[in-house]
Order: sequence, then C-alpha cells, then structure tokens
Amino acid sequence: MADARAIGQRGDARLWLAGGWLLVALLAAIFAPLIAPQDPLAQDLMFERLPPFWMQGSQPGYWLGTDSLGRDLLSRLIYGGRVAFIVAFAAALAACLVGSTLGLIAGYFGGWPDRIISRIVDVWMAFPPVLFAILLVAVFGTGLSSVIIAIAVIDWTRFCRVVRAEAMGQARMDYVENARIAGYGRLRIMVSEVLPNVVPTIVALLSLEMGIAIIVEAILSFVNLSISTDDPTWGGIIAEGRLSIHQAWWVLVFPLITLFLTVLSFSQFGEGLKARFDPVLR
Amino acid sequence: MAEPLFRVSGLKVALPDMTRKPVIGRAPLVHILKGLDFELPRHQVTGIVGESGSGKSTLGRALVRLIEPSAGSVIFEGRDITHLAEADLKPLRCNLQMIFQDPMSSLNPRRTIGAIIAAPLKQNGLGDNIAARVAEALRRVGLPENFAKRYRHELSGGQRQRVGIARALALSPDFVLADEIVSGLDVSTQAQILTLLEKLADEMGLTVAFISHDLSVIRRLCKQVIVMRNGEIVEQGPTDALFADPKHAYTRDLIAAIPLPEIDADWLKAG
Amino acid sequence: MSACLDISSLSATLASGQRVLRSVSLAVEPGEVRALVGESGAGKSMIGKAVLGVLPPSVKIAEGSIRLEGTDLGTLSAKERRRVIGTKTALIPQDPLTALNPSRRVGPQMTDRLIHILGWDSGKADKSIRQLLDEVQIRDPDRVMRAYPHELSGGMRQRVLIAAAFAAEPRLIVADEPTTALDVTVQKQILRLIAQLQKDHGTAILFVTHDLGVVAKISQKVTVLYAGKVVEEADTAALFASPQHAYTRALMAATPRYTDPMASLKPVDDAVLAGLSAEIAAADQSWRAGHG
Repeated sequence: MADARAIGQRGDARLWLAGGWLLVALLAAIFAPLIAPQDPLAQDLMFERLPPFWMQGSQPGYWLGTDSLGRDLLSRLIYGGRVAFIVAFAAALAACLVGSTLGLIAGYFGGWPDRIISRIVDVWMAFPPVLFAILLVAVFGTGLSSVIIAIAVIDWTRFCRVVRAEAMGQARMDYVENARIAGYGRLRIMVSEVLPNVVPTIVALLSLEMGIAIIVEAILSFVNLSISTDDPTWGGIIAEGRLSIHQAWWVLVFPLITLFLTVLSFSQFGEGLKARFDPVLR
Repeated sequence: MAEPLFRVSGLKVALPDMTRKPVIGRAPLVHILKGLDFELPRHQVTGIVGESGSGKSTLGRALVRLIEPSAGSVIFEGRDITHLAEADLKPLRCNLQMIFQDPMSSLNPRRTIGAIIAAPLKQNGLGDNIAARVAEALRRVGLPENFAKRYRHELSGGQRQRVGIARALALSPDFVLADEIVSGLDVSTQAQILTLLEKLADEMGLTVAFISHDLSVIRRLCKQVIVMRNGEIVEQGPTDALFADPKHAYTRDLIAAIPLPEIDADWLKAG
Repeated sequence: MSACLDISSLSATLASGQRVLRSVSLAVEPGEVRALVGESGAGKSMIGKAVLGVLPPSVKIAEGSIRLEGTDLGTLSAKERRRVIGTKTALIPQDPLTALNPSRRVGPQMTDRLIHILGWDSGKADKSIRQLLDEVQIRDPDRVMRAYPHELSGGMRQRVLIAAAFAAEPRLIVADEPTTALDVTVQKQILRLIAQLQKDHGTAILFVTHDLGVVAKISQKVTVLYAGKVVEEADTAALFASPQHAYTRALMAATPRYTDPMASLKPVDDAVLAGLSAEIAAADQSWRAGHG
C-alpha cells in the first residue's frame, strides 16, 4: 500500500511531463498547416541536405534542416505526426474495445467462455505480430485504414490477456460475492462492480498501446507498407534518413528522437493517469 | 545470576514513510520504536505482546539485526551489536535464529524440506554428515525422516511450522525469535506447536523471545512478558505478577478483552 | 413458530464424490444467535455459503434441504432463489477490506443494495443507513459515507459492514468469522455491537467461528463441527458446563485460557482423533451404500 502511494506521487510529475509533450505534438499535428514553416512535400534541390539551424551552412526557415530532396525536415515531422496520432488513437481504441470486452467476459465468467476466448488468444498470439501486420497489409493493400485494422487485429490480445487477469482477480473478491448474495445479476455485477476496478489498468494499457501502434506504423512505413500517398510518415523519414546518414545525419536522428519521446510519453502518461485516478492508489 | 542474553536500552527505530515522500527531498520518518529498555534473561521464554501497530515485530527484527536501530543500544552476550556491519554480524547469525509466522512464505516452494533444513548448516560450515544432521533435526520436531524428500506443498500447516522450527534450531542457537508462529493455526495445531517449542526450549536451554498478540498463549509459555503499545513498553515483568495485578490501564484492557471459553453474561457489557 | 433457518440432512460433495458436508442438520429460531464452531476444514464456512447461495462451483449439494422461513431454497429457480436470499439474509464477512468495492465510495455502496434489491426509495435508504451508522457508534457518518474503503481503519470498515448488514432488515445474518482479523480490543467492541444490534433488531444470527471464547460470549446455542459433520449441538451454557462429545472436550482443553494456563493448550489426543475418523468412516460408508 505504501509503495503504491509513493508511485502515485511520482506519477504526478510523469503525468505533466509526458502529457505536456503529447499535447504539444498533438496540437502541432492538428494545426500543421498553420505551424509548419514549409510545405512538407515541396522539393527544392537548391536546398538539399541543409543542416539544422545551429550548424554552419543552414538556411533560415529550415529549422531542422532538409533531406536529400530539399524537403524541410521539421515540417515533415509535424505532418508525419498526423498519421502517427490517427493510427495511435484509432488502432489502440479498436484493440482496446475488442480485447477488453472479451477479457472482462473471460475473466469474470470463467468456465467455457473463458476456455473459448483463451484458446483463441493463444492461437492468435502464436503469429509473430509484425509479420502478421505485414501480411495483412500486403493482402488488403496499403492505406491508412488497412494499417489501423491490422494493428487492432493483432493487438487486441494484449488487452484481453491483461484485462482477463485483472477481472479474475477482482471476481474472487468478497465484495463481488457480497453482491451476488444481495441478489444482483451476474451481468450487472460485471459491469458495475468489476469493470470500475479494471478501468485503471485498461487506461494505462490503452496509452501504452497507442505508443505501440505508432511504432508498428513506423515499422510498416519504414518498409513502405503503410499509407499509399506521398504524405510524410515518421517511419518513412527514418527510411530516407538511413540512406543519407553520413551526409545528413539529422534526417535520421530527429525522427528517431521524436518517435522515442512520443512513445515513451504515451507509456508514462498512461501510468501517471492510472496512478492519479485509481482511488486505491491515490 | 548469569548475565542476561540481551540488554536493550533506549532502542529507537525510525524508518522513512515512503507514502509521504515529496517529489524532491527526503521522506518524513515514522517512529516505530520510541525508546525501549528491557533485558532478556538467559534460558527463559520472554513474551512480547501487543496489538497491530505496537511495533512488536519491528522489535523482534531489531533484536536479530535484520533492522538497524536508529538510536539506543542492543547488547547481545555482552557485545554491542547495534551498529555492527554485516560482515561482523555474520559469525553471530548462527546464534540469532528466527521462526516466522507464515510457514508458506518462509519455506522455498522449490526446495525439498531436507534442503531447507540443510541450508543453514552448510552456510555455517557444518556440511559434514548432513543427512544425519537433517534427520536429527526432523526427529527433534517429531517429523518422520522421510519428510526430508518432500516439498512444502505436501505438508500441512502444522507440519510446515515444525519444519520452520527445525530449521531455526538446526544450528543449536543460543537465541530464537518466534514471531507470531502459531497465529494462523487451528487451536489443536497451535497447542501441538507450543508444547513442542516449550519442550525444545527446555531441552536445549534456549532463550526465546515469543512475539504474540494472544495473552493467553503468552501466559502458558512465557516466564516474563513485555507489553507494547504504539512503539513503547507499557508494562513488563513476570507473567504471573502481571496477570495477578496488572499495573497499567492498557494491560488491564488487554486482559479484559480476551474472551475466555466460559459463560459470562457481564463480559460484553463491562469495559 | 417456524424456524428462521432449517437445514435438514445437508450433504455436499466435491467433483470427486468426496463429501465436504456430511448430513448436516440444524435449525435456527427467529432471533436466536447460533454459533457454528469448528477448526479449519470443518465445513462451517461452507454451511454459511450454502445458505447464502454462494457455494464455490466445485461443490455441489448432493442431498438435503435449506429452508429460509419455511421456503425450500432448492425448489426455487435460480432467479427466485437470488431474490429470497437477497431480501431475507445478509452477510457480515471476515475480511472487511475485500468485502467493499475499492473503487466506489462507501455510502453509495451501502444504499445501492437497499434501493435496487429491496426497492426502497433513496430517501428511506439514506435515512436507514445513517440510523445504523449511529447504532454502530460511527460519529461522523458524512465523512464515512463519502470515503473510499481504504481510507477507513479495519475496525471502522467492519462497523460499516455490520451497519450495512442490519440496514437491510434481514431475517437471518450469516456472520463469517467477523472478528478473526481484528485486534482483541477491537474484537470486543465489535462483538458488543453485534450483540446489541441483534437484540434491538431481533435478527437471527448464524455465527461462524473457530474461537470457543467468542462462542461462549455471543451465542445462545452452539453446533460443533468436524470434517463437515455435526459432532455436538447444545445450548451454549450446557455445552460449557458439560461437553458431551470427546472432541468438544478436546477442543476446550486445547483453547488457551489465561486463568488456568497449565490446564489449557493441550494437544488433541490421538485417541479422540481416531474415534472421529471412525465416526466419519462409518457415516461415509452408509452414505455410499445409499448413493451408489
């Protein structure tokens, strides 16, 4: 109990730092047309491979430099955030809804619903996830919705497993038995007694999943299996940066930093949120 | 009269309260033991009684130096062990043994009973003839020799507690700390374990510190008793005298709160 | 006057066919406090769970009946049974922490049941809860009702649970070792509260415990159990004055008694255990003969 509350206090710092970064990145992505200094798709071979603003040879207006086609890196990162966040929210939410519902049912009811759902999860998780994602996209074609569906289809099992364990733990508690004695129906107990106690875990996991979704999208766009248009994606920028790492290291480094910070922030934000709003940990 | 085995004066233990730790800076201290003075006479069973939050478990751990006191002194066999370094404590540890409350968590589930009892023996250089020593230890606590091959989950609660006793006594220590060792057990098993401990303490000349919340058990087992509340000693002395004439109001409350197995229509109304 | 609770020849088995309750019969009159005493594994909690309809899935009732105020629970549909149990009984549990939903405030948890199960309106429910919080001597009902369970001390939580149990005005309360987890001074307060409330509300109580001392102080009649079988049943005063069964005598001798330390804490004699095993074996034999 003592440790949990100590974590809760550190959680506040996490919440603000991580939340702060996410808010900045999200707002930048939403207001990209207003914020981005340049057109992310505009190529200008005169300004190819310009270094970031603090180095010699840089040009004003191209804060983080340009890539081998003269496109402004900062603008591309900002616009790339759009794809990242759309995928993060949509895919994570879908995976969460499906996985949490099935996990709650399996954990609370036990018996044959649990057996069936657990079997499905076991078989499903036997597929190597990224390969599975690539396979799905290759079959259904590239595009934003394919990517979102692919991630959701693979990652729902993560929610299912964790929520099932939490639900099982809660279902054994005396207050659940007490509710049964009082005469409440099983479905009602699952929703009004068990679910609220599982929500903090779901919240933390949802945030983590958003970070994971971004990484998967980055991997897919790294191998050019993500969106079908020319719009910039963080993974795509990394792929380009890899090729010109000696002449223009910034094209590789800055998207990596952005990716890292965003994914880390998602996981820490989720933990901080859980610590903040779980009445027991508070 | 011989020198007491333990002489404790001004013992204080304060630990940081991690639940109230600010983001930057130190956590405030919780004062668990607030200055205790007492002695543990040799070859006797001394009871330490208190309710939850009294600090009795912390006191036990301070005696066997699992916790380092923040103030005061603990003198064991004439030697000040209060702030001894781990390296210096090591040779003393074979004389400072402990029996735990929960036999489930204090016995390694993946080791055989024989290995569990052999461990302290090997650790202290008594590794020769180990099988015989383990058999002897099991016999002493009334368990058959073939239990050495069994695992924790194959034993009942009472049997597990016997193994805990066997392990603590394998090194023939001078001192044993028994921390609520019968608290989770049925009344009949409790009676067996206590009778066993009584017999062994007598046979082996042990000095025992017996921590419990149950005054009735303490009366049966302990020659003298220390009553604790909120980190302080409220009363101490020979057990019979304490029961005959409890001096402190808390001791009287504690005794009055015990439900004796006899009819008493006024018990619920009084006190 | 029909009995409040009438258990008749109740036998329950595990999947393997082994009996965990062996033809248990007991009747609790309205307003009576009946102690159910035994060591761990004796089946006392199991009986409580059977009455409340929350037996673990691995345990099935093989024979016998449970009647609540004359209604045979076995003849009802699951939904009907839920309703009867929910309206006529209540539980005072052993562990006050896990018996309360940690994510909800205490007040709504308590009033919810009265509103949804008993159909009371929120005004009546609130008034009733406050009335009972006062009866269990909680001086600050507002603070307690607004609090989360972990913000209250163990003794306080147990008082809240006692208040909740009586607030529903049940005919029978099953108290499942309600003081085992408490300090001895707190235990005395809680026992006093339970006794007082029981007298004021006239509720029958089935009090499950392993502590003969508690039995002596709180009950009028007592049933002694061993391995799921009723070993002795008597008025409490009679039981302590002259226990009939060897096991009861052995239990009394094993119970710590500070007024007579040398005569107490005696381990149970092997002969007594052998006698009990023989009794159980004989009972099981005739059971198997009758049930194939």
